[in-house]
Amino acid sequence: MTLNRRSIFYAVAVAATLQFGASGFAYADTTLLNVSYDPTRELYKEYNAAFAKHWQAESGEAVTIQQSHGGSGKQARAVIDGLEADVVTLALESDINAIVEKSGKINKDWRTRYEHNSSPYTSTIVFLVRKGNPKGIKDWGDLVKDGVEVITPNPKTSGGARWNYLAAWAWANSEYGGDEAKVKGYIGELFRHVPVLDTGARGSTTTFAQRQLGDVLLAWENEAFLVGKEFGADQFDIVIPPQSILAEPPVAVVDANVDAKGTRKAAEAYLAYLYSPEGQQIAARNFYRPSKPELVPAEELKRFPELKLVTIDDPIFGGWAKAQPYHFGDGGVFDQIYKPASSN
Amino acid sequence: MAATSLSRSGWQFRRPSIIPGFGLTLGFTIAYLTLIILIPLAGIVWRTSGLGFQGFWAIASDQRVQRALEISFGTSFIAALINVVFGTLVAWVLVRYHFPGRRIVDAAVDLPFALPTAVAGIALAAIYAPNGWVGQLLAPLGIKVAFTPVGIVVALVFIGLPFVVRTVQPVMEEIDREVEEAAATLGANRFQTISRVILPGLAPAILTGFALAFARAVGEYGSVIFIAGNIPFVSEIAPLLIVIRLEEFDYQGATAIAAIMLVLSFAMLFVINLIQAWSRRRYGYGV
Repeated sequence: MTLNRRSIFYAVAVAATLQFGASGFAYADTTLLNVSYDPTRELYKEYNAAFAKHWQAESGEAVTIQQSHGGSGKQARAVIDGLEADVVTLALESDINAIVEKSGKINKDWRTRYEHNSSPYTSTIVFLVRKGNPKGIKDWGDLVKDGVEVITPNPKTSGGARWNYLAAWAWANSEYGGDEAKVKGYIGELFRHVPVLDTGARGSTTTFAQRQLGDVLLAWENEAFLVGKEFGADQFDIVIPPQSILAEPPVAVVDANVDAKGTRKAAEAYLAYLYSPEGQQIAARNFYRPSKPELVPAEELKRFPELKLVTIDDPIFGGWAKAQPYHFGDGGVFDQIYKPASSN
Repeated sequence: MAATSLSRSGWQFRRPSIIPGFGLTLGFTIAYLTLIILIPLAGIVWRTSGLGFQGFWAIASDQRVQRALEISFGTSFIAALINVVFGTLVAWVLVRYHFPGRRIVDAAVDLPFALPTAVAGIALAAIYAPNGWVGQLLAPLGIKVAFTPVGIVVALVFIGLPFVVRTVQPVMEEIDREVEEAAATLGANRFQTISRVILPGLAPAILTGFALAFARAVGEYGSVIFIAGNIPFVSEIAPLLIVIRLEEFDYQGATAIAAIMLVLSFAMLFVINLIQAWSRRRYGYGV
């Protein structure tokens, strides 16, 4: 008992020193906090170093960027509750809209402040399957074949999973000619093929890649590439379906926070530089599709295959403001999928 | 606990005491408990009250919420029962036998306290998954642990064990061996010694351990989420529903579920306290 208490004490002491050390080290003229979602870790690690260099050269000011990663919705909530983020780079427009509505810390016009709806990079949803694709999964319809197990996180808790769901919906909508009852039937069937609903995208990746559960993982394109890099390309194949969804992860300056901290200039430059040739190339290297592909050398773009991409502003969804409550709100379409076992 | 000692004192507000400082310490206690416990709890009730009774009832009577509550309380109850049996056994071994490495085992019991629960959940999921160390042995037998309600119980047993061991252990140390020897000389066999002499003395401590392990398990999120599978109506726990509501920025709905859990937990702890008070009166000694 005493031994154990002492070791806990040491652990806490070491952790505290590390924290302290890190923040002491991080001290600089300007510090920006970028609150982001899970799969952008690698992207912003590289981008932050590049921007710090660029900003030093341009303004002579040293800037340090601190990163916070987590589920997109959780991160938005942290900003609403008072996390002093200078910029947010989240997975969904609706998460930034939630900050606008619940806290007013971001001005309403944020989506028009930067090009391409304030999405400097985009991604899409692809299939990651076991090597050789033993179940022959090529398109969305194959996901509901007998004996196929699909791994996706819960759309209620994961931004990425919402894109998965919407991509499936878009496919079913064109497959069934807009017959909503049939589309719902397909979506329900799809989620009956899901044995584990993780709360976040990284959790699902672990379930699929490490626990070896399921035949296909619905994943962000960048996440699928990362899994190949991490676990070795000999274990998995990436299958690009003929049609998917254009996921636009948006960025915004948190107006109230930068004005309070006096960091507006640096924060705005930080997001604007994402659209520069260097920013776009870093995005491409980290498997995000650059919004301005003309700034990126052709060989960096070769890894992104062509496919038909439906956007959230397509009439079948009518934008996030409409799609979010209709599909994922309390009692929405997704909630109707799951019925008590007895009535099934 | 507090309620029972009050009832034994016959509802007198202040018993004369030879120790000074009653007013000061009581004042501090009340202020402290208000700050640490009552204000946050009041916040939950206050947030929920914004829903109105109908809104609250819509959530409370929702089938999915009810099923999640059943799963949470059911698995917690089973896990606490398992912990009572095996936790008491562990305490017995640690108190009654001296063997090399005993102190290390003693310290290891506390590890579930110290380990971040998410780490525990990931480790357990890795071990019990169909391709994990234990999971691959069970899979041919058709037993699935990870990503089923059984997995939830496994995680809750893990995090609850120290609560039982640490509450039973000190009481067990206090039991005089002479009592057992006296029982033996009076003709009790070993079973009777255990059931009539030792267990009644331990019962209040075991109940406390049960209550703590149970209460801890009901609110557990971090470790369960990685091993449960989280399928609605099958393996979705109530704390996950709270998180889902929060993801929708529905603070009121989240606190409503929290309030229901709070009331249920309080009712169960209250019943356990009553049983404890009864057993103390019945056997005359206890914690």
